[in-house]
Amino acid sequence: MHGFTEIDNTADTPGTRAPLVLGATRFHEVTATVCRPNESTRPPMAWTVMFVISLLLVMNLGFCVNYLIFTGVGVWGLNNPVMWAFDITNFVFWVGIGHAGTLISAILFLFRQKWRTGINRFAEAMTIFAVICAGLFPGIHVGRVWMAYWLFPIPNQMEMWPQFRSPLLWDVFAVSTYFTVSLMFWYVGLIPDLATMRDRAKGKVQQIAYGLFALGWRGSNRHWHRYERAYLLLAALSTPLVLSVHSVVSFDFATSQLPGWHTTIFPPYFVAGAIFSGFAMVVTLAVPARELFGLKNLITLRHLDNMNKVILVTGCMVGYAYGMEFFIAWYSGALYEKFAFMNRAFGQYAWAYWIMVSCNVITPQLFWSKTVRTSIPLMFILSLFVNVGMWFERFVIIVSSLANDFLPTSWDKFVPTWVDIGTMLGAFGLFGVLFLLFCRFLPMIAIAEVKAVMPQADPHWEGWQHGNGAGAHVAAAHEPGESGSRSA
Amino acid sequence: MTTIATQIRTTAATGAPARLNCLLAEYENPAQLLAAAEQIRDRGYRYWDCHTPFPVHGLDRAMGIQRTLLPVMVFAAGAAGCTAGLVLQLFTNSFEFTVWAMVWVTGYPFLISGKPALSIPAFIPVIFELTVLFSALSTVGLMLLLNHLPRLHHPLLACNRFRRASDDRFFISIEARDPRFYRSKTEADLRATGAAAVEAVTEGDD
Repeated sequence: MHGFTEIDNTADTPGTRAPLVLGATRFHEVTATVCRPNESTRPPMAWTVMFVISLLLVMNLGFCVNYLIFTGVGVWGLNNPVMWAFDITNFVFWVGIGHAGTLISAILFLFRQKWRTGINRFAEAMTIFAVICAGLFPGIHVGRVWMAYWLFPIPNQMEMWPQFRSPLLWDVFAVSTYFTVSLMFWYVGLIPDLATMRDRAKGKVQQIAYGLFALGWRGSNRHWHRYERAYLLLAALSTPLVLSVHSVVSFDFATSQLPGWHTTIFPPYFVAGAIFSGFAMVVTLAVPARELFGLKNLITLRHLDNMNKVILVTGCMVGYAYGMEFFIAWYSGALYEKFAFMNRAFGQYAWAYWIMVSCNVITPQLFWSKTVRTSIPLMFILSLFVNVGMWFERFVIIVSSLANDFLPTSWDKFVPTWVDIGTMLGAFGLFGVLFLLFCRFLPMIAIAEVKAVMPQADPHWEGWQHGNGAGAHVAAAHEPGESGSRSA
Repeated sequence: MTTIATQIRTTAATGAPARLNCLLAEYENPAQLLAAAEQIRDRGYRYWDCHTPFPVHGLDRAMGIQRTLLPVMVFAAGAAGCTAGLVLQLFTNSFEFTVWAMVWVTGYPFLISGKPALSIPAFIPVIFELTVLFSALSTVGLMLLLNHLPRLHHPLLACNRFRRASDDRFFISIEARDPRFYRSKTEADLRATGAAAVEAVTEGDD
């Protein structure tokens, strides 16, 4: 890859563990590597190009959303019976993307997976931006957006309250809690790194801006003590939260009576699908980011290999769920259920169904091969396939079930309008703008956390024991033991 | 002991242009810091701290830091969130009470698809979300509160040497308000721990 040979750190020799940080043997090198993209006077050309494209898409989004609000939801291709289509597909797609970020930041943290430190910061950023995109869709789908406050238990002139037995209202609470908690988790992780940015800042503006958000962090060990406790608590709170969010999203469908939606497998199936799509998005973003911003020593082949393994596992879970849905439809003997699934695979949306199966079940199987898992171009292409496949999964579940429900006389076909497509592309633009701004102005990798998993972070590291003060030229291939763990 | 510290403070305040805030010792690696922290702890200082770019394993014990009560407080907040979720839903959807909550509000017992007024299972998701929300907000809020953050300024942040505390250097600071603080004595204590440099940090006179 452009003169840089990928170092293969994916294999463990018995007794020692391959290093997570390549090249750097001093803490300062990590700081400098991560801060360089933020401190450079101008961003790479590719960044500028992507930013302009994303910005145009956001303008298009603004236009489509305003057009929708001023005209009405009739500008979408919705009809009776297909009253949910692109809007909810996009909503579920984006919420799902977010799940990988929380999985990496919370669940892998609880499992003491140290490789998470290389990717958690921007995976969490991805979560937040994805949830922002997700929140947009139900917001505009309500039609009269000025009535959106009805979703919250606010005393009003009608003396009415939200109906708490509805999964749609659970969704409001689940997604807003998820967004708030993810944002706090991300920000708490950022505080020490913002302090680093503040301390390195050359200009007054940067110093004040980073300084304000660093909250006066001084790396005090008395602070670190509470900070680590708080971080552990947030991880422990986020873990059940992330599982609950997509479960609640799946309840929107599972608690209805519609064949194809009314399934008990939905909560675990949706959660697995969410993690699957989210990890694919992390790979999609990580591959160009590490290339563009020179982060290959911190987001190593091992990180990518691990993520591809997660994609493979969750892809198999999703494949199992697809199969099990068909089995249950047959085994239940329910006429409508059987029809719904035959229709899904061979009906008017069969093309979408087979795109979904190809991208989600078939192509990820290539990740069984280590050559594919460690090939940068191949993993990038496969991750794009998964993104496409998972978008189609939601489309298939929502639209094919609605379009052909109980009564053949009420069947119809959903065709997206230009507003549908424009809004969908616009959401990608919004995500792109937010993510690119993040890459430009905030440290993309958790500096403090990466330092903490380096073998040199251990006070009992052999290099420190031999009076080798500032030296530390010993290769980093060394098991850091418990030293890097954040447990207090 | 208190008298010495008071003397130092008064003389500094009257004569010198800037008041001494603390003595800052610099170390090159976590191993040196850990050993130094143990020595400083054993000298009986109270208002002192270590500053590191990342949490150093074993430093809490070396400094003799008491375990924080944060988790206990967060549990209380979580329990409050759980109760709030239950009460909110019972009040709004199950009973017809009128209470004053900023304005007079009345509950509205919805009858939805024949479900009972007290449909607790249907209330669980929102109860759960509010439990998590209250816990997480209090985790972050209390962590900052207990750490006396946010702070717009601190004498240490004006010290150029200290800028590396967020990069690759390790520091011990002993505050001048410590009952055992005596400038020359404390400086000698810090030098004895093998500090690469010791610097006096003043409270900015600007």
